Amino acid sequence: MAFLEVCGYRKKFGENEVLKGISFSLEKGEVLAIIGSSGGGKTTLLRCLNFLEIPDEGELRLGGETLFDAAEKLRLSDTRIREKRLHFGLVFQQFNLFPQYTVFRNITLAQTLLAKQELARKKREFAAARKGAPKERRKELKAEQKKILAEIRDTQKERIAQKTDELLARVGLSEKRNAYPYELSGGQQQRVAIARALALSPDILCFDEPTSALDPELTGEVLKVIKGLKSSDSTMIVVTHEMEFAKNVADHVIFIADGRIEEEGTPEEVFGNPKSEKTQAFLRKSLEEPF
Amino acid sequence: MFWGVLEQLALGFLVTLELFAITLVLALPIGLLIAFCMMSKFRPLRWVFKVIVWVVRGTPLMLQLFIVCYGPALFGLTAMRDSFLAACIAFVINYACYFAVIYKGGIESISKGQYEAGQVLGMTRTQIFSRIVLLQVIRRILAPMSNEVITLVKDTSLANTLGGIVEIIAAAKAVTGTYALPLIYPLLGAGVFFLLFIGALTLLFGFLEKKLSYFKV
Ligand SMILES: Nc1ncnc2c1ncn2[C@@H]1O[C@H](COP(=O)(O)OP(=O)(O)OP(=O)(O)O)[C@@H](O)[C@H]1O
Ligand SMILES: [Mg+2]
Repeated sequence: MAFLEVCGYRKKFGENEVLKGISFSLEKGEVLAIIGSSGGGKTTLLRCLNFLEIPDEGELRLGGETLFDAAEKLRLSDTRIREKRLHFGLVFQQFNLFPQYTVFRNITLAQTLLAKQELARKKREFAAARKGAPKERRKELKAEQKKILAEIRDTQKERIAQKTDELLARVGLSEKRNAYPYELSGGQQQRVAIARALALSPDILCFDEPTSALDPELTGEVLKVIKGLKSSDSTMIVVTHEMEFAKNVADHVIFIADGRIEEEGTPEEVFGNPKSEKTQAFLRKSLEEPF
Repeated sequence: MFWGVLEQLALGFLVTLELFAITLVLALPIGLLIAFCMMSKFRPLRWVFKVIVWVVRGTPLMLQLFIVCYGPALFGLTAMRDSFLAACIAFVINYACYFAVIYKGGIESISKGQYEAGQVLGMTRTQIFSRIVLLQVIRRILAPMSNEVITLVKDTSLANTLGGIVEIIAAAKAVTGTYALPLIYPLLGAGVFFLLFIGALTLLFGFLEKKLSYFKV
């Protein structure tokens, strides 16, 4: 059984059916490149994977467990959706960094909030434990618990800072730690966005045309970083118009046209010997594009 | 005599400041609530508040003062005895609606991408609003807000039409009786009070704007 299995995803916006039954699977540590012409539904698919949109039909299994099943007609609560979301990360075409925070804070914000929630949970547990304790023990217990909580807080903080510095080094931006987003080039902003997404260690990291908003001379640095992320335990889905990148980095390629998977296979199969006419036409066009 | 007049004016200005402060402290949060209602997904709620804002912005503040004060008579009750309270209610409602429109514009100007970036990072709606959106909104609405706040300082003088509220203009009128002084002098004095206070507010807003200009939205 594959690590990620997407079965029969369908999504309609009003009368417009954008995804018409998308199914694919992906092994852990693999990179999937999604190509296709404009309006084909690539962004919508990534948004569905990240639960920014909820598919009308279909099922999603991750690591053998059903994460989403449209057949369960239960309306998902915000909390449940948030839990599911944490399995996925998404890097946007437009970076969407938080302008009021430094690079460092951009990366740590979400983790810090999660850590705070964890701490609050612990605090509630402790309060309950105090209630159960005999009266004369309570004061003593409270002091002990306070010490434990302070320790947890410190380790959390240290762990987050250390991880963030590692990530910054990985995307080559250690010296920009305290810069604000507006002080960075597009390529640097996108690399921060990648580090921010990685900070929550998602099972699957998705990229939606990560270089399309960049000047051509900046695309290289971002693609290099993404390529560098490839390892046995990072699974990625990259929507891209960079055919060379798809060819060189992806383990699998999917060509989406008009809400359907037209062609899929290894890069050699899809680029070297495309079976579908639509794929052939698309590839011909995208090779001509620069001129 | 000069000091006597000044004292009377200063006492009047305290009433002005009181009305100003009460209105600001209440209308700022209430305005935000109204803004949320105006953007609610629940259509009837949205429409109710849009109509309220339309009515409040579409009628003179002076009329609203009279309605709050004498409106209870419509229902067979007596007019509000405490005219200062009536003035506070009218000012809070009026300014909350103006603030709401400014908030709404500010909140809607934040790109969807900011919310979505927060969402995919597992943040709750409250966290996204308080940690990501709010400061950007404040930065964007600071200039229109400073306009409204300055207008509010001056609008407080409308309260003296209700009678019984000795804010600074009323105090200036009263002081002419006590000292047999041409009205124009205490009024000019009142003007100086306004200028000084608004000057201070302008500096404050300038300072805030500078403080928030460390990032670009
Ligand atoms: N929120 C929405 N409401 C209505 N229609 C939408 C919405 N999002 C996407 N669509 C429609 O879905 C279709 C597919 O859009 P999508 O953005 O997924 O395509 P894409 O393959 O990512 O294209 P591109 O290469 O241009 O980014 C388009 O026709 C678009 O108009
Ligand atoms: Mg797209």
